[in-house]
Amino acid sequence: MSTTDLAAVGKEVPGRGGAPRDQRPVRRKNTWRWLPIAPATVLLLLFLAGPIAYCAYIAFTDMQLTGQASASFVGFDNFKKAFADENFRNSVLLTLVFTLISSILGQNTLGLTLASLMARSTRFVRSATGAVVICAWVLPEIVAGFLLYTFFSKEGTLNEILAFLHLPSQNWLYTLPIIAVSFANVWRGTAFSMLVYSAALSEIPKEVTESAEVDGAGSWQRLWRITLPMIRRSIGTNLMLNTLQTLSVFGLIWAMTRGGPGNRSQTLPIFMYDQAFNKSLIGYGTAVALLLLVVGALFSLVYLRLMREEV
Amino acid sequence: MAAVSETPALSGTAAGTKATSGPAPRRRSLRPGPGLSRSTRQRLAADLGLLVLLGAFVLPLIWLLFASVDTDPSMKVAPPSGLTTENFSNVLTDEITFTPMLNSLVLCGTATLMTVTAAALAAYPLSRYKARFSRPYLLTILFSTCLPITAVMVPVYGLFVQVNLIDTMHGTIFFLATSQLPFAVWLMKNFMDGVPVALEEAAWTDGASWLQALTKVILPLMGPGFAVVTVYSFIQMWGNFFVPFMLLISPEQLPASVSIFTFFGNLGSIAFGELAAFSILYSTPVLLLYILISKRLGGGFTLGGAVKG
Repeated sequence: MSTTDLAAVGKEVPGRGGAPRDQRPVRRKNTWRWLPIAPATVLLLLFLAGPIAYCAYIAFTDMQLTGQASASFVGFDNFKKAFADENFRNSVLLTLVFTLISSILGQNTLGLTLASLMARSTRFVRSATGAVVICAWVLPEIVAGFLLYTFFSKEGTLNEILAFLHLPSQNWLYTLPIIAVSFANVWRGTAFSMLVYSAALSEIPKEVTESAEVDGAGSWQRLWRITLPMIRRSIGTNLMLNTLQTLSVFGLIWAMTRGGPGNRSQTLPIFMYDQAFNKSLIGYGTAVALLLLVVGALFSLVYLRLMREEV
Repeated sequence: MAAVSETPALSGTAAGTKATSGPAPRRRSLRPGPGLSRSTRQRLAADLGLLVLLGAFVLPLIWLLFASVDTDPSMKVAPPSGLTTENFSNVLTDEITFTPMLNSLVLCGTATLMTVTAAALAAYPLSRYKARFSRPYLLTILFSTCLPITAVMVPVYGLFVQVNLIDTMHGTIFFLATSQLPFAVWLMKNFMDGVPVALEEAAWTDGASWLQALTKVILPLMGPGFAVVTVYSFIQMWGNFFVPFMLLISPEQLPASVSIFTFFGNLGSIAFGELAAFSILYSTPVLLLYILISKRLGGGFTLGGAVKG
């Protein structure tokens, strides 16, 4: 549950009738009336734009944790170092795997599955499932991390189930740490997709699906040719927000594996932290942060295009 | 073990009762032939599917509940071998629970107040006046809601060291408040658009200032929206781990999200019962707050129509 997750919540309101332009108060046509945006703007400039600018500067220096005086401008060295660094490439790969499994395949598909099952199920089952899935979403990140740590651990619940089903068990956090944290993120984040898709599905007129059914379309055909095309904008927005949220997951992985064993679940945020603080290479860590920020910014721009007409 | 094997059985019985009760008889008369009607079969399949998924989602939560009252908790879901409240009484000390929770409250409470105040003030002109820069401004706000805050934490740490804000409550509060601000402004502006200007004009004619119009007319009218922004910001900050983890160092200042790590993070020698008990204590406030706003909006915090399809 991150900030970006709900960036679209307020959207329901303009539908109820936003303030019509021509009715806006026309009194006091001076710039002073814009004064109220000052506190927010100052905060954003000081604590958001400031750090981003500082980030862009530090990324080109060799700053270390120990002394500020020694920092000097090194051009693109940090980036060259990153792309030559096997650990960095490992992190990029793991981040891609993590995003693909947990956001695109996991949260998105499972969210859609839950939403479409809920549209057809009995009321009691629907609300029970909704409550549990949302509960997993609202729980603090660290608590979720601990819960899933016990779930996947060697003596944990998952292995117990596998043993019951006579399937081989293993120490998931050791053998497949990135898969374990990806599933943990699915557990924690699916509620958002579920809510988005529930809303989207409820907006599809019944007549459309019914007439397709009358025309003899099977359920897969209805899904591919009617449902999915009709909710494609929700799919786009949801994928974008999920991906952005997944890119910045730190606490969940930190609580479960701390990026380990070795670096086998070290996604980019963990790598960045590790370089900056455990290896004291602030400059290098910041360069990685800048790359992450740029990737995030690109995704945000796509999201902005999707949302354009809403502003 | 027992609880695990119970899950399939549970879904089996639930589906079984469904088959006998449901609206099956009525449908059957419409559609002659043996067995259940098609829509009932579909509903049964959907219920069954959901129950399986529900089982997968609920297991970690059941572990939490069981382990917190178990005399000898393990890492797997199992009914308590003996009931005890000792886990709770062990963690209910100043050091483990009360101080970190109080820190969390001060940190998140103050930051939420700051976010909501700044957001309400900024949303007012953005919602009410027209200006050339308001659209770019809003687009920038929307853009910043998406930025991965995690990525800025290393430079923020560096910056805070230089300006002596590191390990201070107020520095952390400022940053936490700012990190939620773009989203709060965006949400607040959209909620404010829903309040008709006509009501405000009555206040104008009575000679009210913009601040009076905002606090006496608009904010009360957008009550639920205002509550959503407040509660949502608070929930986000309460669960935030990375920001206080980076910016606060002294143990006596740490909020619950980080202290849980200090006390229990030494993986391998965890007292699981106490960890579970503390997790419950720490999570309860946000769960209650969530229920509060979702009830208030009639389940409408389900982002009704949030993302247009």
